Amino acid sequence: MKQFFAFVKKEFFHIWRDKRTLFILLGMPITQIIIFGFALTNEVKNSKMAILDFSKDAASSQLVQKMSVSKYFDATTVLTNYQEVLPVFKKGKIKMILVIPQHFANDLQHGNQAHIQLICDGSDPNVANTLSTYASAIIKDFQTAIVKEQKLPYRIETDIRMMYNPELKGAYSFVPGVMALILMLTSAMMTSIAIVKEKEMGTMEIILVSPLRPFSVVIAKAIPYMILSMVNVATILLLSVYVLDVPIRGSLLLLLSEGLLFTITSLALGLLISSITDSQQVAMLISLMGLFLPTTVLSGYMFPIENMPLPLQVMSNLVPAKWFYSIVKTIMIKGLGLSYVWKETLILIGMTVFLFGLSIKKFKTRLS
Amino acid sequence: MVKSNSNNMSAVIVNNISKKYKVEKSQVTALNTVSFEVLKGELFGIVGPDGSGKTSLFRVLTTLLLADSGNASIEGYDIVKDYKIIRKKLGYMPGRFSLYHDLTVEENLSFFATIFNTSIAENYDLIKDIYQQIEPFKHRRAGKLSGGMKQKLALCCALIHKPSVLILDEPTTGVDAVSRKEFWEMLQRLKAQGITILVSTPYMDEASMCDRVALMQNGQILAIDKPDQINLQFSKPLWAVKAASMYSLLKTFKKWQAVESCYSFGEYYHVVMKSDLNGNDAIKSYLLQQQFLDIEVHQITANIEDSFMALMNKSHD
Repeated sequence: MKQFFAFVKKEFFHIWRDKRTLFILLGMPITQIIIFGFALTNEVKNSKMAILDFSKDAASSQLVQKMSVSKYFDATTVLTNYQEVLPVFKKGKIKMILVIPQHFANDLQHGNQAHIQLICDGSDPNVANTLSTYASAIIKDFQTAIVKEQKLPYRIETDIRMMYNPELKGAYSFVPGVMALILMLTSAMMTSIAIVKEKEMGTMEIILVSPLRPFSVVIAKAIPYMILSMVNVATILLLSVYVLDVPIRGSLLLLLSEGLLFTITSLALGLLISSITDSQQVAMLISLMGLFLPTTVLSGYMFPIENMPLPLQVMSNLVPAKWFYSIVKTIMIKGLGLSYVWKETLILIGMTVFLFGLSIKKFKTRLS
Repeated sequence: MVKSNSNNMSAVIVNNISKKYKVEKSQVTALNTVSFEVLKGELFGIVGPDGSGKTSLFRVLTTLLLADSGNASIEGYDIVKDYKIIRKKLGYMPGRFSLYHDLTVEENLSFFATIFNTSIAENYDLIKDIYQQIEPFKHRRAGKLSGGMKQKLALCCALIHKPSVLILDEPTTGVDAVSRKEFWEMLQRLKAQGITILVSTPYMDEASMCDRVALMQNGQILAIDKPDQINLQFSKPLWAVKAASMYSLLKTFKKWQAVESCYSFGEYYHVVMKSDLNGNDAIKSYLLQQQFLDIEVHQITANIEDSFMALMNKSHD
């Protein structure tokens, strides 16, 4: 046991003294969460829009008011005629222009029909689409408010409710995804590199000749990275609760235990990689191509698995991150308990046992 | 765990060990039926050029590689069957000084002490002489040490668990001349404490420091004997020859039918003649005939390198 702790201590020295790698390891979750949370988002907030109001009556100013109050639009620019429309788009800052024709209030009250034009910058179709949808929703809201005063004979009201994520926040789906990604990277890649490094430096020769059992060596190598990964899990959870307002609806203890389980799965993968490679570069390449790519693409957090061709759907079942992603989503966002994730948990446990067994068996007690 | 009682005097017994590697489809024989014995408390040297199979042999003995055929035992334990016991009894210093560069001198030593189930304090007297030289730098990272200091630290790490057999793979390669000399003095002191030492080196001059040496070439052992005995095997007279124009002298010797071998050695050529009849005078007169100036010829006694060259030539024929 004393030998084992000496080994773990030595591993901590390695990690602690390589300040640059440590910084990357601990900084990665923070930067990832911040990048995904604030930069890489397809939500539209505070888009600049311009108003071209020919009518300038009570109804039109009420509508403009409603637009600029919403957090999606920032209606600061006011245009006076159509000639200004093209130059404004050419500058590129304004994404949408709301055109209200003359006699808007009058048409609305007496003609029962009024027109409004939305001109969008279609060079980014996604943004244009989202903006026009948001604007239409606000206009519809405005209309309902007016219509309420009069009684219409037939009307269907669609009442849409987004369960678990009423505001359709992107953070709800990427926080579990980033967690899976970072655990995979720190645990699998770093452990495999750490072990292969001993082979490269030649120290593995002495460790093999020592009375230490292979099992102890492998576990001692993995423990520091396990602790580091749990620190990362804590960082991600703290950031998502306090910075991104993503709640933890389920049991925190269950969430952490599942995090620990997935960390161990990743560590086992890292150990397996290290036992089949002899150089740090190869270990890194395999980790990146073999783990990073499937984790982002096939775990379901970037692209829905249901839309993939059947062979890819089948393959995605082999990716541990897919199961972890689904577990975290269920616990964190839906707030459900173990009875809803026991199947995924069992699959992860099975994968872990298999990978660990394989890597211990593959760990060579000799050089070749 | 069956202790063989064939020879209680031998610490290491190697019997017909062979090992082949596959290198890009062709097979390379690293070890070809190697056999030898090392007595208890002996300082045994394995001398041979790069690629002669020294490292492979040591890796087989340290249980890191499996031989294709043959068997060997260390302290009576079989290297394949009892590898776990052997790993406790062995001190091994691989060719590259395998230390953790980001750990300090002291941390390296205490780490290796701990994983071998001991502590620095427990065996301090064994490494004291060596460790005292690097102790002033004990808080320095191992990666920042000079070659000689790394070597001393690696030796301390290999010794810390008080092994009964110490295997050192080219410990003096890449180390300055002063450190090399000190290192061999340290080995002598360790030997005096009763540790069996098996050491390999590419330097012929170091062979004379061993009790016995094995000359190795192309995976085969050419000769095993005491260093001065090996020199006695050198039967023919050896001549050191020098002239004004050394390059054409070499060409002349290569062409001359009466010469058996000729190779450069410092500022002289060492020449062996086919027949003992061709002595000092014969060589001199032949060279005069070929119009060489400042000719100098005198007989010398063979050193270990001459013996090695002679044995190598013999095995080529």
